[in-house]
Amino acid sequence: MVATNDNILSLLENVMDPEVPVLSILDLGIVRKVDAENNTIVITPTYSGCPAMQTIEDDIRKILADNGLENITIETTLTPAWTTDWLSESGRKKLREYGIAPPVGTSKDKNVLFGDEKQVSCPQCRSGNTKLISQFGSTACKALYKCEDCLEPFDYFKCI
Amino acid sequence: MEKQEALIEYCLRLGDNSLILGHRISEWCGHGPILEEDIALTNIALDLVGQARTLLTYAGEVEGKGRTEDDLAYLRQVREYRNCLLLEQENGDFARTIVRQFLFDSYHVPFLEALRSSTDTTLAAFAEKSLKEATYHLRHSSEWMIRLGDGTEESKTRVQGALNELWMYSGELFETDEVESVLQKEKIAPNMDAIKKTWTTNVAGILELATLTQPEAGWMQSGGRTGKHSELLGYILAELQYVQRSYPGCEW
Ligand SMILES: [Zn+2]
Repeated sequence: MVATNDNILSLLENVMDPEVPVLSILDLGIVRKVDAENNTIVITPTYSGCPAMQTIEDDIRKILADNGLENITIETTLTPAWTTDWLSESGRKKLREYGIAPPVGTSKDKNVLFGDEKQVSCPQCRSGNTKLISQFGSTACKALYKCEDCLEPFDYFKCI
Repeated sequence: MEKQEALIEYCLRLGDNSLILGHRISEWCGHGPILEEDIALTNIALDLVGQARTLLTYAGEVEGKGRTEDDLAYLRQVREYRNCLLLEQENGDFARTIVRQFLFDSYHVPFLEALRSSTDTTLAAFAEKSLKEATYHLRHSSEWMIRLGDGTEESKTRVQGALNELWMYSGELFETDEVESVLQKEKIAPNMDAIKKTWTTNVAGILELATLTQPEAGWMQSGGRTGKHSELLGYILAELQYVQRSYPGCEW
C-alpha cells in the first residue's frame, strides 16, 4: 500500500479501542494527526493512566506493517487535552448500540456535588429515569448508572 | 540554583506526590468497603500513577542522563524521594483514606488550575490534562467527607479523628523553597499563596457541610519534599520496587 494520509486513515478505522471494542480510535478522537509525508502519526491519551495506550500503539504499528507501511513514528501528545467532545457522531451511536450511554452535553459542567445534574438515558430501554451509582466505572472513562425503569445497571461514558 | 536543577527537583516533587498516593490507594484494590468504592479508588490510583509517569519521564528528560520513568520510580532510594509526608501516611480505615485524599485533592485542583499557565509547555499540558481527572477526584472525596461527617455517630467519630491526626501534614503541600522561587521567577511554577487561600476556603466550606470541626492551626509536620521521610515510605518502596530490586532490569 502507498503511504498516503487517506490510506493510513482507512487502516486506522480498523484499530479498535481495546476497552470499548466497537469504537475505532478515529471514532474516539484520539488520533490527532496523520502525516504520511513525514511518516508520523500523533495520538493523545484519554486519561493520564489509560492502560490501553500501549496496546493501541502496538495495534497501529501492526496494521500498518501488515499493509507494507513500516518505520512510522507514533508520537503521543498531551496537548490539547482529549475531551469527550471529540467523540464522533457515529461513535456515539455505536456506543449506545453496544449498551454504553454516550456522554451528555459538553465537558464543562461537572463541579456540582452529589449526583450528575444531567439526564442520562438508559441504553437498554431509553428511559430517562436513571440514577448515578458511582462516578467511577469499569474503566477510567466510564461512570456507573442504574435504570430505575428496567432496573439494568449500565456504563455511562463520562464527560471530561 | 540553576533553572535546570530546580526543574528536575520540582518534577520529582510533583511526580512523587502522585506516585506515592497512587500506590497507597492501590493497596485498597480488592479490599474496598463496597464494590463501587473499590473501583473508584483503583480508578483514582490509575490516574495518579499515570500523572506520575508523565512527570518522572519529563524529569528524566530534563536531567538528560538517560534515566527513564522506570529508573526513577524503581531505583531511587528512600531519601531521594520527594513526596510530601501526607501522601505516605497509612490508609487506615476508609475514613482516614478519604481525609488524606480530600486534603490532597483540595490542593491539587487549584494547583493544577494555576500550573496551566506555566511557561513550561510540558508542565502546562500536563496540568490541563490532569485537572480534568483531579476535578473528579475532589468531587468524590468531598462527597464522602460530607457523607461520613454528617452520617452516623460512628462515621463522624472516625472521620473527625482522622482529620485531627492528618491535619498537621497539610501545611507541607504549600511550602516553598529555593526550587520554587527559581521557577516562579521564570513563571514556570505558580505562586502558592493564592492556591493556599483557595484551599483554606474550600476545605472550610466542605467541613462545615460535613458538620466537622476544623482542627486548630498549629505546628505543621514537614520534611518529605527534601527527602526526610517517615519510616512508612521505606515499606512502600520495599513493595513498589521489589521486582526491580530482585530481578534488575527485568521487563514484561
Ligand atoms: Zn432501562
